[in-house]
Amino acid sequence: MNNEIIGVIITFLLTVLIAIPLGKYMSKIFKDEKVFTDFFAPIERFIFRISRINPDEPMDWKQNMKAMVLLNLVFFFWALILLLIQQWHFWNPAHIGNMEPTLAFNTAASFVSNTNLQHYSGETGASYFSQLLIMVFLQYVSAATGIAALALLFKGLVQKQTSNLGNFYNLFLKTCTRILLPVSTVIAILLLLNGCPVTFNGPQDVHTLEGKIIKAATGPVAPMIAIKQLGTNGGGFFGANSAHPFESPNYITNMIEVISELIIAIGLVFAFGYYSGKKKLAYTIFGAMAFVFITFVSLNIKWETGGNPVINKLGIYQSNTSNMEGKEVRFGAPASSYFSIVTTSTSCGAVNSAHDSFMPLSGGLIITDMMINAIFGGVGVGFLNFFVFLIIAVFISGLMVGRTPEFLGKKIEAREVKIAILVALLHPLLILAGTGISSFLAAHNPDTGWFTNPGYHGFSEMLYEFSSASANNGSEFAGLSANVPFWNIFDGLIMLFSRFLPIIGPVAIAGFIAQKKYIPESAGTLKTEGMTFGIVLLGVVIIIAALSFFPALALGPIAEHFLL
Amino acid sequence: MKTLKNILGLHFSTVILFGLCYPLFIWGIGLLFPSEANGLPLMKDGNIIGFENEGQKFTDPKYFWGRPSASDYDANANSGGTNLGPTNPALLDAVKSRLDTLLKYNPKVNKSDIPIEMITSSGSGLDPHVSPQGAYFQVPRIAGVRHLDENALRKLITANIEKPLFGLFGTERVNVLKLNLALDKYDHK
Repeated sequence: MNNEIIGVIITFLLTVLIAIPLGKYMSKIFKDEKVFTDFFAPIERFIFRISRINPDEPMDWKQNMKAMVLLNLVFFFWALILLLIQQWHFWNPAHIGNMEPTLAFNTAASFVSNTNLQHYSGETGASYFSQLLIMVFLQYVSAATGIAALALLFKGLVQKQTSNLGNFYNLFLKTCTRILLPVSTVIAILLLLNGCPVTFNGPQDVHTLEGKIIKAATGPVAPMIAIKQLGTNGGGFFGANSAHPFESPNYITNMIEVISELIIAIGLVFAFGYYSGKKKLAYTIFGAMAFVFITFVSLNIKWETGGNPVINKLGIYQSNTSNMEGKEVRFGAPASSYFSIVTTSTSCGAVNSAHDSFMPLSGGLIITDMMINAIFGGVGVGFLNFFVFLIIAVFISGLMVGRTPEFLGKKIEAREVKIAILVALLHPLLILAGTGISSFLAAHNPDTGWFTNPGYHGFSEMLYEFSSASANNGSEFAGLSANVPFWNIFDGLIMLFSRFLPIIGPVAIAGFIAQKKYIPESAGTLKTEGMTFGIVLLGVVIIIAALSFFPALALGPIAEHFLL
Repeated sequence: MKTLKNILGLHFSTVILFGLCYPLFIWGIGLLFPSEANGLPLMKDGNIIGFENEGQKFTDPKYFWGRPSASDYDANANSGGTNLGPTNPALLDAVKSRLDTLLKYNPKVNKSDIPIEMITSSGSGLDPHVSPQGAYFQVPRIAGVRHLDENALRKLITANIEKPLFGLFGTERVNVLKLNLALDKYDHK
């Protein structure tokens, strides 16, 4: 067991080691500096020419956000329409039928919003055509949307008295070609070499040792798994996601996948340091995030390896008493715990074990991680969410010491703080109102058939579902039978709201900040780096994110814990 | 109007680049590694008899059994776990009945020999592995059915244990399908 914990620690260290140079590389891309991937430039120029885009055209925050929203609207309808006519797709060897309209809406919203909540199962619900030209495509462009939006914010923070935030089209395409494409190609090849299939042959006949002939689903799996992890999408090829032997055949592929989930999210924190020249601030942010992350990982590993006392009391073999319900032997409990925290920290939502069968407290911790939704966070959007907390922390600490709140030499005024607060409160509102409404419905219609698990755990299933949708995470307490119109529509709307408003808000703040006058640092400036500010930052995160959810957590996971 | 042209142009060119060219490029590389690209199938007489990493269902007492599966090892349906919560009475019932079944088929074995993974279902329903102890406790049953020496069977298991890479990355485990193939081979000798 100890070697498994050391394995987890090394995995995290490797992640940070890869993330630092990647962050430097990404900041160069955002600044249009020379990089070794410039051989992609002709392809980009060609795409810009046929789309009549001038990539150097300066755009203000409104123009950029308009471009972002309209582009995503086209993505959404592309997905929706194609899912509704799935039975006529080519590359459909398993003859999979059309998606039911509310399911198609949910799936389109889910993949456009980088959530990848899946109310279908890949084996029986998606053609190979859908998997590639809808899912893989959207996994690329939704990740690039988030990262490009963050690049606009970076620019806004360093600009002085201009409305120019850069060009969304340019940042979007370059994120796809220079960051996502090369890295996920490397990941896909590594997965392929470990036995992650890439084939269009359809389900295979297997003559088993006991003399039966069964069918086994395969498909073009490796390319999808690479981008689903790297882009913190999380939507798997198969129902079991990264627990499936074809999505993650061994411990090494599990490591590759869990590292891919985090490198861009952590890399972007460092990219901010390189971009703005404020490396110490980047370390402060990384430190605050890593503190919460490591605490969560340690607790989760402790509770999952501790196991289920009810089962362990039966008198079975005692050398491993981990909670193995819903986990795979090749990963073991510590690596499964680590994966569960990484996936909910980053809003990835891929899973290598069944979260619904985690112990009550570790399940609650996973939900809390999604409620905070800014510990590293989804690619691009994680930092945007954290930026909202940053603005609030600057405001509060400014008030506490009686100085005008300033950040990077710019005054933070009422308009910016109002936007930040509204964005910060949207997340609790959607989750708690949603859980409230669904609890009301469930209490008044005992025969909804939604739940696999009774009592408090059933409540946790709903809380998880809304947290996951609102955090654009996409993992589930999969015992909830969510493929019904109520969940399909409600989740779909929440995913869209909680995707686009928290992007537009921070970018607008950046737009306002960019226009302000630069005030050089003086002795009277509030220091926004170092330990003290880091602690204030954590305080804000805990007060806003964790405390607003505490009553709901008490009704679900915490209450369930006391049943043990 | 200009924005519309920008957006549609960008949309369709990214669809082709990332929805089509990227996966086909990986597929092309897969052609160089036909076995890996097909999920590492195990072949016999021109038929696929299983995949190296995909668990298979074993109920015959003469074979080593794998873990309980929510999908009954159906590799073409919705894979996943049972999703039973830790305090759900249905979980405890399922665990107890799995334990009873194992004790019934392995009468020489005590509860304290049966490891946790043999009475809990896997995350995928297709877990190919059990822990070494998950195989060892089945030895008396298989030795009895096949009239083989118990020590020889234990050696066979030990030879099939997969160790963590560099002693750090992974768990100690036994691939049930491969073990059973080795068992058949040993028995026919």
